[in-house]
Amino acid sequence: MRLLPPLLAALSLAGCATAPSDALRGTGDLGVVIERAAGRVQIVEHSGDTRLATVDGLGDLSHAHVTFSRDGRFAYVFGRDGGLTKVDLLARRIDKRVIQAGNSIGGSISQDGRLVVAQNYEPGGIKAFDADTLELLAEVPAEYAPGRFSKVVGLADVPGQRFAYALFDASEIWVTDFSDPRKPTTTRYPAGKQPYDGLVTPDGRYFLAGLFGEDGISLLDLWKPETGAQKILAGYGRGEEKLPVFKMPHLRGWSLAAGQAWLPAIGRHEVLVADARSWQESGRIPVKGQPVFVMARPDGRQVWVNFAFPDNEWVQVIDTVERRVIHTFSPGKAVLHMEFTPRGEEVWLSARDSNRVSVVDTTRFAVRKELPADAPSGIFFTSRAQRIGF
Amino acid sequence: MYRPLLIHVAVLLGLTALAVGTAQSAEPAPARQRELIHLVRQDCGSCHGMRLAGGLGPALSPARLADWPDDSLVATILHGRPGTAMPGWQRFMNEAEAGWIVARLKQGFPPLD
Repeated sequence: MRLLPPLLAALSLAGCATAPSDALRGTGDLGVVIERAAGRVQIVEHSGDTRLATVDGLGDLSHAHVTFSRDGRFAYVFGRDGGLTKVDLLARRIDKRVIQAGNSIGGSISQDGRLVVAQNYEPGGIKAFDADTLELLAEVPAEYAPGRFSKVVGLADVPGQRFAYALFDASEIWVTDFSDPRKPTTTRYPAGKQPYDGLVTPDGRYFLAGLFGEDGISLLDLWKPETGAQKILAGYGRGEEKLPVFKMPHLRGWSLAAGQAWLPAIGRHEVLVADARSWQESGRIPVKGQPVFVMARPDGRQVWVNFAFPDNEWVQVIDTVERRVIHTFSPGKAVLHMEFTPRGEEVWLSARDSNRVSVVDTTRFAVRKELPADAPSGIFFTSRAQRIGF
Repeated sequence: MYRPLLIHVAVLLGLTALAVGTAQSAEPAPARQRELIHLVRQDCGSCHGMRLAGGLGPALSPARLADWPDDSLVATILHGRPGTAMPGWQRFMNEAEAGWIVARLKQGFPPLD
């Protein structure tokens, strides 16, 4: 009996070490910062701009992507090594983890929140998992010709339990319907050469695949898929020799602002602007380097741009009404990613080689806070859980 | 009395220094090596993966590179490969540095600090 009190004390201490101190809280202001070299994520919150916890053991996070459960409690982290880790943001620990492929690039969650779908380079294809248990439900190999598999890019959830994605090696867009999760059906659409990434517009209607192998964007109207993919912004390079691309741009549904789509040019130091009704080019904005992320503030009044190596210390802000760069600054060395708070009053920027995340006021461009992080890359807030295509 | 021996030692030391000097001039200085390791792991890693296990670009493991001649790998690094997403990196390194990277890749590339 005498042993019991110390034992209880030890147990309760052990409990304290893992359990969050503020046990009852919401999830709407939570997020995840990837520490890519360490295979670790930070759990952060943007009401007070603080780090809440770190979670280790997520494997190779050199190209990590995150999607969230619809209740904002779980982050599904896709690692380069094919690891899929379900992180509990409230308990601040790994809930489940599977190695689902040899080489993965990201993933997305279904309209009903029950399926998590991973997109893979090796073996090329997509896989659907039960969002609760991570049990494998179905697999769609990207076999575009007998024995030939493509790397899959640009996976985006679209309404109707469907996922749209592009095949880099096959120059096609595929749409897979998981209405029957164990028996998916896939429709193929020829697209432009070497799609490198894709996005779906916030209403879930248009899937756009950026092309590396030619100047232009492939666009599929998911409300009229029978018309097939058409090419927009064709020949934007005007036949001029491309500048080298030292990092591939990334597309996602943040590209629409002020009735226009704002897209990175490939091999040109420009942001392309297209009317989001007619899809005709309506302008282009010269910028400091090869754009990687061209990201609209949630209200659409600003578009923020970061750049590929060797211009990756810079960030530029475009005013979408004036259609010009209104601010240029460097939040640190090797700026890899940006994430806006849900209503856009601040943006978080990761500077890999400065080992920090900067929180910047989007009105005055003042640095509100700097948070230390070990070679941070992606920053993902739970507000993505409520958006189509994230 | 000791002079012949001293000369002998001096000549040997000189030869050794020369040999070491030659070997080192083929290699980038240590600080530059660290920069190149950082470049390969972080920036080449955008496509090839930070662990060089592949991504949009192929894996850069010793097994996969073993059959490729060094000079063709050096040319790929410096000038890129047309028709693929591989750009040329000659703005950021010279031929000797690209050769050093190729040799290290074939041995198993050093980790970040």
